[in-house]
Amino acid sequence: MARLQIRNLEKVYSNSFKAVHGISLDVDDGEFMVLVGPSGCAKSTTLRMIAGLETITGGEIRIGDRIVNNLAPGQRGVSMVFQNYALYPHMKVRSNLAFGLKLKRRPKPEIEDATEAVANTLEIDPLLDRLPKQLSGGQAQRVAVGRALIKKPDVFLFDEPLSNLDAKLRASMRVRITDLHKRLKREGQSSTVVYVTHDQTEAMTMGDRICVMKDGCIMQVADPVTLYNRPENAFVAGFIGSPEMNLMEGTLAVNGGVNIRLADQVLTFGEDVGNRLDVRGGEVLLGVRPQHLRIAANDEENALEGHVSHIEFMGHEVYLYVDVGDIRLVVVVPSEQYHPEDIRDDRIRLIPRETAVHIFDRETGRNVSLSANA
Amino acid sequence: MAEEITVRTTAELDSARTLAEGRRMHAISSAVRYALLAGVGFLMLYPLIWLIGASFKTNSEIFANPGFIPSEPTLNGYIDGWRTSTPYTFATFFWNTFLIILPKTIGTAISCAAVAYGFARFEFPGKRILFATLIATLLLPNVVTRIPQYLLFRDLGWLDSFLPLWVPSAFAGDAFFVFMLIQFLRAIPRDMEEAARVDGANTLQTLIYIVVPMLAPALISVCLFQFIWTMNDFLGPLIYLSSVDKYPISLALKLSIDTTEAFQWNRILAMSVLALVPALTVFFLAQKYFIEGISTGGVKG
Ligand SMILES: Nc1ncnc2c1ncn2[C@@H]1O[C@H](COP(=O)(O)OP(=O)(O)OP(=O)(O)O)[C@@H](O)[C@H]1O
Ligand SMILES: [Mg+2]
Repeated sequence: MARLQIRNLEKVYSNSFKAVHGISLDVDDGEFMVLVGPSGCAKSTTLRMIAGLETITGGEIRIGDRIVNNLAPGQRGVSMVFQNYALYPHMKVRSNLAFGLKLKRRPKPEIEDATEAVANTLEIDPLLDRLPKQLSGGQAQRVAVGRALIKKPDVFLFDEPLSNLDAKLRASMRVRITDLHKRLKREGQSSTVVYVTHDQTEAMTMGDRICVMKDGCIMQVADPVTLYNRPENAFVAGFIGSPEMNLMEGTLAVNGGVNIRLADQVLTFGEDVGNRLDVRGGEVLLGVRPQHLRIAANDEENALEGHVSHIEFMGHEVYLYVDVGDIRLVVVVPSEQYHPEDIRDDRIRLIPRETAVHIFDRETGRNVSLSANA
Repeated sequence: MAEEITVRTTAELDSARTLAEGRRMHAISSAVRYALLAGVGFLMLYPLIWLIGASFKTNSEIFANPGFIPSEPTLNGYIDGWRTSTPYTFATFFWNTFLIILPKTIGTAISCAAVAYGFARFEFPGKRILFATLIATLLLPNVVTRIPQYLLFRDLGWLDSFLPLWVPSAFAGDAFFVFMLIQFLRAIPRDMEEAARVDGANTLQTLIYIVVPMLAPALISVCLFQFIWTMNDFLGPLIYLSSVDKYPISLALKLSIDTTEAFQWNRILAMSVLALVPALTVFFLAQKYFIEGISTGGVKG
């Protein structure tokens, strides 16, 4: 049973590179928190500071009601699963699992029972007498998860545990880990998880909440739905969602309607957008997800005109790459709504879904279209 | 058969012919290669073979008969050689060698592993300078330190004991081994050690339970090198040991040259053969690890 609290955490590496810039994050007891962000944004650094493998330059980490800043990794009540498994190469799977308990000098029968139980849960019982090099990647990762599980830690830490597996296996391991988390929670065991990944599918499907990071700072912490629908800044908007949100530079002017000038066209939005705005004008980025652009019927007004540069047929949907002026847009159309005859001479007209557009301040990246009454 | 042949086209026959020719060429070239290798190998091994052969000859035959097969094989060399001209038999000298080698090898393994672990895995003040010093001692000719070392051990009152032979090695004095282990450790990812720390192991436990087993191939090489080099070391015991009852084999062999007015070559050769036996046995027993240790720089993933 433990809550993880991080306060103003900072990390400066020995080469005086500042990797983490005073982040604060609360992970509730039993919560599955995903840290996600592009490569080099200090996800691993943060996780390793929680584990105690990296010294803390500033700030405070609390697990349960203990400040763990100066505790050795083994005393923090955490387990960690590494990207390349990090199984002890000279020990059989059985000893790999039991190593932590042996160090704690637990009685032998207890260790054996615990090993059996964990092996059962993860379906690795037939592998107990093998060496790590005799395991496939997926099996090795299951053993690594088992080694974390057996210690019944307060907090589980995962550092990109699935990135060495192929796509199919990754999907099944994803389900396995979330199932395991639910089960621990149901059984009343401690199941606080911090899970690092750079794969947004993993982040969106596994996380109770997601913490999006960039360059050692937290950009937003929210549940997947909020993150997708109400990104607080242009970075989160662009990072979450696939294909990426279209971000178009424009100039905002509110006078009665909401007008945004994009290159040589002006888009006008109605009340829905107007009510959400907390600024009245300025240089902005207009954000529209590819799924929220539809092909306009002939007589519809207020559409973006563009030129289709190429088309990808993906099966259930069609990706259109459209150039509006010198802005490249991606549009995703469900296959059944895609009619080639809508595109004449490569010209296409697109209408953004008003309830789903976002407007970001171009300088700060802040989402200015999130006002409360939206 | 006959039918088959008639069905074959000339082209096929041609290709079959070139194929057979190719195969014959291949056979000839490998025969030449193996003959060459065997010849050179024999040349290299000849002194050893001659040594073994000569150890069964009588003293007079050694110089009369240049071949290596003794005309009248005799064990006299072994029997007399073993007795020696001193009050001690060779058994004493073997035992002394053993007494020098065992603590020295164990001390080397433990101290070098610990020091290499420290250098390879920890940041501490002065690390760069200390490491540079280590490498510098590696480049320093051994002879340079002989005299200061001798004076040091004399002042400590350690002369004519095994201590000067044991102690430097027990404090990782063999920079080469430390360096070799550091290189080996650098090639091993740190994840396993970090996993062990998260599992609750302290530094020493990580070293013993995780690092040493992963270092095993390299450590075995270190022990073997130390074993063989100590076995063959002549200068060290010569400088520090003065009483005959403490002599190791390397000195004892020389002893038989000194004390007899006419050299009993057959005895010396016989004892040399015996002196080779332990090193060769250990080498062949540990060959697998030895080669693994010096050829691979780490564990496979
Ligand atoms: N030991 C170190 N010394 C100096 N800088 C480091 C060290 N380790 C990491 N960094 C830097 O800190 C930053 C964060 O690294 P970190 O490994 O935490 O990134 P990450 O978010 O885990 O990236 P990835 O997704 O590629 O694993 C990077 O810019 C990296 O170059
Ligand atoms: Mg990382």
